[in-house]
Amino acid sequence: MWQRDGGQLFKKNFFFSFCVKRAVLRCLFVHFLLHSSYQLFVINPSFLCFRPALLREQHYQYLKKGLRHLSDAYECLDASRPWLCFWILHSLELLEEPIPTAVASDVCQFLARCQSPTGGFAGGPGQHAHLAPTYAAVNALCIIGTEEAYNVINREKLLDFLWSVKQPDGSFVMHVGGEVDVRSAYCAASVASLTNILTPKLFEDTTNWILSCQNWEGGLSGVPGLEAHGGYTFCGTAALVILGKEHMLDLKALLRWVVSRQMRFEGGFQGRCNKLVDGCYSFWQAGLLPLLHRALFKEGESELSRQRWMFEQQALQEYILLCCQNPAGGLLDKPGKSRDFYHTCYCLSGLSIAQHFGNMDLHHEMILGKEENRLVRLQQGCEGETGQCGWIHSEIDGFVFTYFFLFHVPPGYSRSTPLG
Amino acid sequence: MFASASSVKVAALTVNTPSVNFNLKYEKEWADLEPVPQDDGPNPVVKIAYSEKFSDVYDYFRALLKNDERSDRAFALTAEAIELNAANYTVWHYRRVLLQALSKDLREEMRYITAIIEEQPKNYQVWHHRRMVVEWLNDPSEELEFIADILSQDAKNYHAWQHRQWVIQEYKLWDNELKFVENLLEDDVRNNSAWNQRHFVISHTTGFSDPAIVEREIQYCLSQIRKAPHNESAWNYLKGMLQDRGLSSPPGLLERVLELKETHCSPYLLAFLFDCYEDALENSNQKENVGEEERKDILRKALEICDLLANEKDTIRKEYWLFLGRSLENKSGSRGPSDKPPEPSDPASGQQEMS
Repeated sequence: MWQRDGGQLFKKNFFFSFCVKRAVLRCLFVHFLLHSSYQLFVINPSFLCFRPALLREQHYQYLKKGLRHLSDAYECLDASRPWLCFWILHSLELLEEPIPTAVASDVCQFLARCQSPTGGFAGGPGQHAHLAPTYAAVNALCIIGTEEAYNVINREKLLDFLWSVKQPDGSFVMHVGGEVDVRSAYCAASVASLTNILTPKLFEDTTNWILSCQNWEGGLSGVPGLEAHGGYTFCGTAALVILGKEHMLDLKALLRWVVSRQMRFEGGFQGRCNKLVDGCYSFWQAGLLPLLHRALFKEGESELSRQRWMFEQQALQEYILLCCQNPAGGLLDKPGKSRDFYHTCYCLSGLSIAQHFGNMDLHHEMILGKEENRLVRLQQGCEGETGQCGWIHSEIDGFVFTYFFLFHVPPGYSRSTPLG
Repeated sequence: MFASASSVKVAALTVNTPSVNFNLKYEKEWADLEPVPQDDGPNPVVKIAYSEKFSDVYDYFRALLKNDERSDRAFALTAEAIELNAANYTVWHYRRVLLQALSKDLREEMRYITAIIEEQPKNYQVWHHRRMVVEWLNDPSEELEFIADILSQDAKNYHAWQHRQWVIQEYKLWDNELKFVENLLEDDVRNNSAWNQRHFVISHTTGFSDPAIVEREIQYCLSQIRKAPHNESAWNYLKGMLQDRGLSSPPGLLERVLELKETHCSPYLLAFLFDCYEDALENSNQKENVGEEERKDILRKALEICDLLANEKDTIRKEYWLFLGRSLENKSGSRGPSDKPPEPSDPASGQQEMS
């Protein structure tokens, strides 16, 4: 094990590795950026051989434990427990770690307790329904994918809930008596399409409201007028994709904005112009590139690459693997920050995107480091099966799910009738 | 106030407990209420190891909620619950119900929410609550100063800017905002939130149609660029302001930028040049007076910049610049629309492992 020795050890290693490649420099650069004095972190020897390893076993143990027990440090997420389920389950599926049947069933029963009698899901048992835990709960249940999981969701009441938060101008409040921002449109569109309760009337004027969030920078803001921001841009764009209206965005301007968010030295993404890199934007920002690739393709763009997304995939993988892993398991924002399940989920999601290019017909991989670093591929939905968003059958990998709208449907469920 | 009144009693009753915090179940005031434990089920998941105080407060909160109790003790308990988890939107909602049901002093609530936001400025619920109180009072008079104070601690706090834009728009407080923005940009010319606010103020007041305004803004951008050439915000603002009307529309802009290229070059300047050329090509499709030679020349320059950015000046965005080059070539260039465009030049290969 490398010792925490500071300068001496660093100097030795620095000259030791024959190819002092960009990626090692990258991690150190980020570290120096943030700390005035050099703090030695425990260097995984595999990094110096320049085959960075995803610390699968450590992440698995961290996730496995968290799915059951969390310290009191998580009191601040007591109104976001379905999120904890989702972040952990999604991370496990990316790592291709199976969820034991008993655990899956326990999650279903817990989420059932988070479901509000008036529809939608709350941050915990007894709390009010809110679009964010609703999104998290529905997606977590889809990851589990059993009949028990699907049966938890009261679709009729969910529709009632969505109507109860819909605003006349097309936007949605996050909860009754709550705030409006573009996350709500994405949460609503996602759960509506997953549970096949999506109707044009429910999203009347929502498209225009989301479009009004695209600003002078090319990205989208939380509400019209604000600064373009990665999280909100992803939510707005993905919502429009679900609604089939992404072509109404200025795609070129959005593309320029998002590619400009990749940091030339760190390799990761920033959330906003002139702000710092953060591992979670590996998903919120990089995740826009597959969406845009598909949108541009549908618009007749003939010059799209058939091998790569329009961001530097290798650089992002380097940032995540070299700078965002906690040696004891879990991933994080940037060196010096603590691990958490949110960053674990989105760093791994970003890693998957950076590793896999493609769609139903094409698939091209670039795995940085060891072969075992490969994660399961996040997939985008296809509309072919049912002709609309909703319950859609995945024809490639039965166990692969995504946030967007693609997951494995148990036999007999795919003809679930739309509501309202 | 609630805590201090009961803590003395608690100290007397619970001398042996290690925790100094009060425990509601020992309080006479709460004796009539049966606390409601959280229903996590027999096999909980994501089970948080709540502190005793946390469990206690929330067990009683759940009891109040169940009975829809509208009382001063309920109101006081929401403050305790908020302190333990300020993100619990159910508690905030209940607090608002109580504020109205009990006709609480909203000025005092403003003082309360001011203190909470100062402690936890990155929380959604606290800002939304403040907005509600301001609306009920119909009094925005403290807002701009308060937000300015929060921004002085974190000049990019998204919630703060959101609240600021709401206040300004709702109560028409535009008058001093451009000055405020300029002061922030003096402090930090790279503050993208401030550049955004600049755009917000101008688009809602004078607008960007007046050529005098546009010229003023161009001057402003170029002078900031001279001071800090690698400031992406300034370049984005310049482009963002002009893109609807066309980058080639302000007279002499291209020339000014070409001049800057000699001494203050950056990937952003080059990208801006590319955009100018692309815009010129697009416009030349409509104009008669742009000859074929000139179009070819503009295209050549544009593609040169793409190459330069992709291979040397902005390599992190190589894939993007290559795509833009291919796309531009295909759209406007040497080949007509009926000709088949060349395949992208990536070698067709299967799985690759990076090392």
